[in-house]
Amino acid sequence: MSVLSKEDAKKILDKVLSFSKAEECEASLSGGASGNIRYARNTVTTSGFVEDVSLSVSAKFGKRVGSASANELDDASIERCVRRAEELARLAPENPEAMPFLEPQTYLESQAYFEPTATITPDYRASVAQEGISQAEKLGMTAAGFFEDGARFSAMANSKGLFAYHKSTGMEFTLTVRTNDGTGSGYAVKDYNDVRKFRPKEDSEIAVRKAELSRNPRAIEPGKYTVILEPAALVSDEGLLNNFIFAMGARAADEGRSFFSKKGGGNKIGEKILDERVNIYSDPTHPEIPAQTWQSDGLPREKTWWIKNGVLQNLVYDRYWASQKGVKPIAFPSGIIFEGSNASLEDLIRDTRKGILVTRLWYIRSVDPQTLLYTGLTRDGTFYIENGKIQYAIKNMRFNESPVIMLNNLDALGKPERLNGNLVPPMRIRDFTFTSLSDAV
Amino acid sequence: MNRRDFLRLAALGAGAVILPLPAFAREISEAEALAPNLSFAEKKRLADVALNVAKSNGASYCDARIGRYLRQAIFTRENKVLGAQSSESFGVGIRVIVNGAWGFAATNRVTPDGIKKAAETAVAIAKINAKFQKEPVQLAPTKALGDVRWQTPIEKNAFEVPIKEKTDFLLAVNDAALKNGANFVSSSLFLVNEQKFFASTDGSYIDQDIHRIWPTFNVTVVDKTTGKFQSRSELAAPMGMGYEYLSARPEGKYQLPEGIIGYGKYYDMIEDAALAAKHVQQKLKAKSVEPGKYDLVLDPAHLWLTIHESVGHPLELDRVLGYEANYAGTSFATLDKWRSKSFNYGSPIVNLFADKTQPTSLGAVGYDDEGVPTKRWDLIKDGILVNYQAIRDQVHIIGEKESHGCCYADSWSSIQFQRMPNVSLAPGKAKLSVAEMIAGVDKGIYIVGDSSYSIDQQRYNFQFTGQLFYEIKNGKIVGMLKDVAYQSNTQEFWNSCVAICDESDYRLGGSFFDGKGQPGQVSAVSHGSSTTRFNNVNVINTARNV
Repeated sequence: MSVLSKEDAKKILDKVLSFSKAEECEASLSGGASGNIRYARNTVTTSGFVEDVSLSVSAKFGKRVGSASANELDDASIERCVRRAEELARLAPENPEAMPFLEPQTYLESQAYFEPTATITPDYRASVAQEGISQAEKLGMTAAGFFEDGARFSAMANSKGLFAYHKSTGMEFTLTVRTNDGTGSGYAVKDYNDVRKFRPKEDSEIAVRKAELSRNPRAIEPGKYTVILEPAALVSDEGLLNNFIFAMGARAADEGRSFFSKKGGGNKIGEKILDERVNIYSDPTHPEIPAQTWQSDGLPREKTWWIKNGVLQNLVYDRYWASQKGVKPIAFPSGIIFEGSNASLEDLIRDTRKGILVTRLWYIRSVDPQTLLYTGLTRDGTFYIENGKIQYAIKNMRFNESPVIMLNNLDALGKPERLNGNLVPPMRIRDFTFTSLSDAV
Repeated sequence: MNRRDFLRLAALGAGAVILPLPAFAREISEAEALAPNLSFAEKKRLADVALNVAKSNGASYCDARIGRYLRQAIFTRENKVLGAQSSESFGVGIRVIVNGAWGFAATNRVTPDGIKKAAETAVAIAKINAKFQKEPVQLAPTKALGDVRWQTPIEKNAFEVPIKEKTDFLLAVNDAALKNGANFVSSSLFLVNEQKFFASTDGSYIDQDIHRIWPTFNVTVVDKTTGKFQSRSELAAPMGMGYEYLSARPEGKYQLPEGIIGYGKYYDMIEDAALAAKHVQQKLKAKSVEPGKYDLVLDPAHLWLTIHESVGHPLELDRVLGYEANYAGTSFATLDKWRSKSFNYGSPIVNLFADKTQPTSLGAVGYDDEGVPTKRWDLIKDGILVNYQAIRDQVHIIGEKESHGCCYADSWSSIQFQRMPNVSLAPGKAKLSVAEMIAGVDKGIYIVGDSSYSIDQQRYNFQFTGQLFYEIKNGKIVGMLKDVAYQSNTQEFWNSCVAICDESDYRLGGSFFDGKGQPGQVSAVSHGSSTTRFNNVNVINTARNV
């Protein structure tokens, strides 16, 4: 399925709504194509290409909601899907928290679609894999990586007149290079909406260089250290900062079961909780991390401040909880922008007397939701810094740390970089807590 | 999005409380879930289209999987039903070997024409892959089985139980927690029914009907005076069973120290939720642990996850070889250690075995997803590393001639690959109860239930927490602890294993959504053990002031 235009998507959704006999009806239509290539042991292992389109219809009678979906868009299939949603709605248990569907909204414009990404070919994917493999092979190393790209559209409309449309492209590249003696490992990760920003040769070199540098690591005693965390150590599928953002639900806070709960009731909005140099906001129209300007229930995503000068500004309010609290609902951010400085990673290293450079943190899991304590390990490039220079590679270590403590022990911020749909600076943190050594490479 | 992300987003109210549907799945009604699938003969006829097209286009091997995957998920909190969703995904996946290379294609058009096109695509992909292939695929032989069937031995198909009965049951679970002092409680029920037909050019036609069930809850109490909160989740496991698992029959109960109740083949979820509310109130008042070395007594509802992470994953042969290096990682349990026949993975009483046959387990099937009959085999014998988990195109690497039968795909649209079978710790041979084990400990901690888990990418260093912690002093439990996490190294930990309770304490734990691969696939796996003692393990205190 190609990426449908706004007009074509609206035409189909209007047809869906015209079949509705429910009190309220809402439909979303999304689709696109994505391709990937996976490689390991210096050879391509799998490749794939998937095209899909999906129509989802929700019908509502009072507090009963039913949803149905279809993968075909002819009139008969659409009508069947609407009827099925209505049938399921009549059978559904009442959900006392079900909200009426949204009235028409005004959405920001976000330019997230780039034709060069939408037209990536299998040959291009193979060349990306080949670049990493050949660089690794030349130096007696082994590459394992994954490259995935896609072009998608999503649209929604409801019986109250709401309509929303977004189209986007994206690509993600990850590469792990291991030295064949098993003592070194390096990692690189990049993601963009516009593939023209991706440089397969240079970006693959990052992993190769880190693998070379990380050979024969030395053990140091676990304990509290000054660390420089690269963006991949802060935001990833399970990064410390993502976890901090994921914890920002107003409801859990108001219910007294979150770090963001205030002792005695309510939440911490308005309280200074982090170092005053911490400024975090989200903006789906940011040109470096453009994203969809509405979330799946149609709620607009707007520029939202989360932390300003260390003070908590907002929490995520879903429509139900906002209605209970009499406040405006606030959408979950698509990605965050953590403001920084103009300092490069090299500048941060140069200004460090003693410390540890961390490329990546992984297997991060919550230990205590009250304090936002997380554990995890360093991986794929951990180095000891002394007198402004990387001195040698060190063995990986396990940490037990809270992003709250970490962002109060802030020492310096570097220049933000895009990672996993966020803009995050490398940062230097005092007294980061490592609790044990790992033999893993 | 994985389950964890979904639950986090659901908690934030960022979307409706429904599971993201797998690719090509559609929501269905209860009645549709019970409509019969194609007959054996119809599926055989369709699968033969794939096999014939592949062979006539040059394939040396082909398998076709016609799969109908039914899922149901129900979510509640306190006295509210937040959502109930049934879905179906139906299609066919075709895998071929041409010129020594794999090719795969899948379609949801389960018609002779749709299947023919998919088979042709799979052949075309294999031909392209063959150009880059460095070594041709070596497929271990497996016998032709003819027409065979296998079904999870269930008493009551959970999909046949009306949704209303299930939501009423979950609301009763919530009510039990609230009546016993919980401030918040959420409960869910996940059901899976895989109706899988497998056919291959080896001459096997296998029809399987597989059932799994996972009841889960989380109970929270907030202490308004201190602003602290604590939670507890269920002490029971997801199972490869029907709705009879929730029948609360007394033979499913294990009376443990301190009035704790463990569960085996049958689960009394209402009783567990009521106890959980009481436990959480005790947790709020529990003593914060003094860090140091302790002897740990680990209940099966906790130990399963440590087995999963520190034994199950490192012994996946594809990880050992480097195929997962960019994502989940590699393994410390390298081939040279296995070849030495003397690598002490654990103490001599440690016997860990893999199996895909254990009744009620999540991994139990008659045949794996490449048509191999399932079996049990040893991984660690008398403490020594003796084997890995391997499938048809891998076993030649470890000098074996027969696949272990642990190949799995999470959908007809996903390509099958090596997945973890059930991996379990054999019970102790001498008679030993949990109470007797605790009586022998001078300074220790008794841990029940799983919680936070983290392990490095080669599976050396790990850290685990739990649901309930009890301090043991001079052979007696003296009170509840909190803020407990233990850290160890896999080999050191399993070598510190000094006692294992006997088979009367043997129970399963398990994961419904274990992730692996890029793009990611999930699988369900159980891990059995009896309560086990590990000496002198490092315990840290996880309390922080923020």
